[in-house]
Amino acid sequence: MNMVVSKPSESLNIVIVGHVDHGKSTLLGRLYADTGSLPDGKLEKVQAICRQQGKEFEYAFLFDAFLEEQEQGITIDTARTFFIWKGRQYIIIDAPGHKEFLKNMISGAARAEAAILLIDALEGVKEQSKKHGYLLSLLGVRQFAVVVNKMDLIGYRQDVFDGIEKEYREFLGQFKAAPTHFIPVSAKLGDNIANRSEAMSWYSGPTVLETLSLFKKEAARSEQPLRLPVQDVYKFDARRIITGRITAGRVKVGDHLVFSPSNKRANVKSVEAFNVEPQPMMGEAGQSIGVTLDEQIFVERGEIASHQEQLPSVSTAFRANVFWLGKRALEKGRKYLLRVATKEVDCEVAAIHRIIDTMDLAQQQGSNTVGKNQVAELTVRTKMPLAFDLSSSFEATGRFVLVDEYDIAGGGIITELVHDEQEFLREEARRRDFAWVKGEVGIEDRAKQYGHRAAVVLFTGGRHTGKSFLARKLEARLVADGRHAYLLDGENLRRGLDADLSEEERGQTAEMARRYGEVARVLIDTGLIVVSTTNPFGLAYRDAVQPIRTLVHPAPVIAVHMCKTDEELPPNTDVVLSGPMDVDLAVKRVMDELKRRGVLAEAIGSKPTFQYSI
Amino acid sequence: MKHLRQLEDQSVYILREAYKHFDNLGMLWSMGKDSTVLLWLARKAFFGHVPFPLLHVDTSYKIPAMIEYRDRLAREWGLDLVVGQNKEALAAGMNHTLGRVVCCTALKTNGLKQLLEHKGYTGVILGVRADEEGTRAKERYFSPRDKHGDWDFRDQPPELWDQYKTTFPPGTHIRIHPLLDWTEINIWEYIKLENIPFIDLYLDKGDGTRYRSLGCAPCTTPIKSTAKSVDDIIEELRHTTVAERSGRAQDEGRGMEMLRKDGYM
Repeated sequence: MNMVVSKPSESLNIVIVGHVDHGKSTLLGRLYADTGSLPDGKLEKVQAICRQQGKEFEYAFLFDAFLEEQEQGITIDTARTFFIWKGRQYIIIDAPGHKEFLKNMISGAARAEAAILLIDALEGVKEQSKKHGYLLSLLGVRQFAVVVNKMDLIGYRQDVFDGIEKEYREFLGQFKAAPTHFIPVSAKLGDNIANRSEAMSWYSGPTVLETLSLFKKEAARSEQPLRLPVQDVYKFDARRIITGRITAGRVKVGDHLVFSPSNKRANVKSVEAFNVEPQPMMGEAGQSIGVTLDEQIFVERGEIASHQEQLPSVSTAFRANVFWLGKRALEKGRKYLLRVATKEVDCEVAAIHRIIDTMDLAQQQGSNTVGKNQVAELTVRTKMPLAFDLSSSFEATGRFVLVDEYDIAGGGIITELVHDEQEFLREEARRRDFAWVKGEVGIEDRAKQYGHRAAVVLFTGGRHTGKSFLARKLEARLVADGRHAYLLDGENLRRGLDADLSEEERGQTAEMARRYGEVARVLIDTGLIVVSTTNPFGLAYRDAVQPIRTLVHPAPVIAVHMCKTDEELPPNTDVVLSGPMDVDLAVKRVMDELKRRGVLAEAIGSKPTFQYSI
Repeated sequence: MKHLRQLEDQSVYILREAYKHFDNLGMLWSMGKDSTVLLWLARKAFFGHVPFPLLHVDTSYKIPAMIEYRDRLAREWGLDLVVGQNKEALAAGMNHTLGRVVCCTALKTNGLKQLLEHKGYTGVILGVRADEEGTRAKERYFSPRDKHGDWDFRDQPPELWDQYKTTFPPGTHIRIHPLLDWTEINIWEYIKLENIPFIDLYLDKGDGTRYRSLGCAPCTTPIKSTAKSVDDIIEELRHTTVAERSGRAQDEGRGMEMLRKDGYM
């Protein structure tokens, strides 16, 4: 035993993975025992229990803490264990290898910066050896070593070891994963764990312990462009602090930040911290920070702050590789909650392109479901535009989880942006917002002055459903209540703004909707509640709603659908008024929705969505 | 000290996630070194504020100096302190001589359950660490408890990257563990780095003993040590191979697994 005591300056998270019974817990136990890292009496205590129960001592018992784990001789859940070696503190996560506990393996591996993957020399490459290798790559663990265990059972033969190395390297090569080392060991007997094996003089590479020291601390993501997903906005005292964990790049006092997808912008006024002297001037990747801005803009959790030159993508669809852990299968068309960094948005799986068999990487097409522990390629479609990155460029903002009911049921990485039909308008809006010349009165100043936020109330529906009538009544009621509301009637644009268009051009919904949306956008900037109808678009109103939404984004759009009988609703409808209805009651329902959405100040509840006080 | 800042950033992130997702949130504070560091991290996360109540399950057998320390910090830092106690069990004469697991279950596990139920907390932040003891090594950062407060360790939710379980069926609650990745040495290193006030029972005051882990007076014994400062403690821990909780009687046999399965901290 050679106990090395040193002061750690950094820490590294490592996960041990591999097929069940290939000896992960034994390796871990041995590593601790041979480096003198076990507490006094721990080894003796476990040995005594084994003697008492009449079973052979195994190093695995040192960390399989649950009674059930020891009785069955398997690891059920990941254990974090700690040891210090040569100036580094290691957190080693022992992941279960049984396929039933794949979600626990994934939880362990998702925390790791490097991995050790075990293969039994006698059994060779098995199902979970492949699955774990593939998942490490999917989870973003690129740094790993392969340990071929139980060499004692095959007489320490080099040819068997070489055969396993060749087979496994070929498998990993198909998805471009490359281990740092292949190490032949016997965890049970301690060969090449902490001490070099005398039985395998043919091997000249590092031991497992040496390999740990060779793993590099994750490359600094600080050199990348900035990504700061907003975690929360606090107003405990006079400061309004935007908090979040920087996932890439750096942020400095004075930086001009753009928040996506809202396109709101402001400069960093200060970096806030408790018990730090002098006050910090910057933050970098990995840090949980808080900043104040020079302008009172309203930003919410889930938006991603970046610099204007290097913005994240914004779309309502992307392609991804997903692993599914849910008790019930993932289904095409079913609704899930998507979480990318701090953003939560409703989504559905628009297409399941293929299921990937991790045994041979064969692809199976034409499935409408993805079963538990399967890996698949999907297209995900979100209800609202979402800011994200491709996982090949940005790890943290390029991956996501899917929540089914109460549980995280799957995870994945974004491989491709899927262009949606709003792309061009969204780009127009972004360019226009970045160049927008502001006066001295900000949008928050107007909100405070007016006692409400700007919003669009859009009445949709077929002919003669009472849209115009109700729009007038709503405008009147809002103004009577002291709000600043304005009825935007499409007819007024037709004869003026649209006078340059030919009759045929005026029949094209896309261009008419674009002009309509841009006018609404100007009115929004004046702080008004814009009340409007889709009348100018006639029966093509469904095609006009989305462009209008895109152009007025991020102002809230309250969509009120009116119909005589039940019919299919346009997407994202907030209020449905079906059949004959009392006018006052109908107006009240729209007003309630305005309150619920935080447009009217009274809606601010115990934990308000909108945190400024009016 | 970069590793301490990394631990701090992670814990602060977890605390902010907890605050964002749970309307009725509380933090357990036993006045020990771990939950005091946790309290400090909350002040870091919320810029000097602690925007939720601190809960203390008082068994009535705590060392008196701990209660004095508790009340002093609560005053100085403006904390919202909520003290719970299983008065029925105490009135019926519960104490450790009736059995340690029995006593811990009644005064701590059940005391905690009563407090959570009474106040309707749906999220509880605790300062448990993975290196303390085997079952804690297997915990999640966000760990659900069922209607009875039980822990189903056979079926823990997946935890991916920085995404935690923050939704839960009615009647259940979530235990949040921001300190899982901290070791005992990290705790003391951080206390030193940030100059956090701690209770002096952890130091040798001349009789050659100190407490390494604090609990109820009858079931916690001091260790032999001449550590008179935080530096001394860190130095001592670097060389020791004695388990931290060796002075805690409840850890004997399978005590902790049984206690924790039923909702112990």
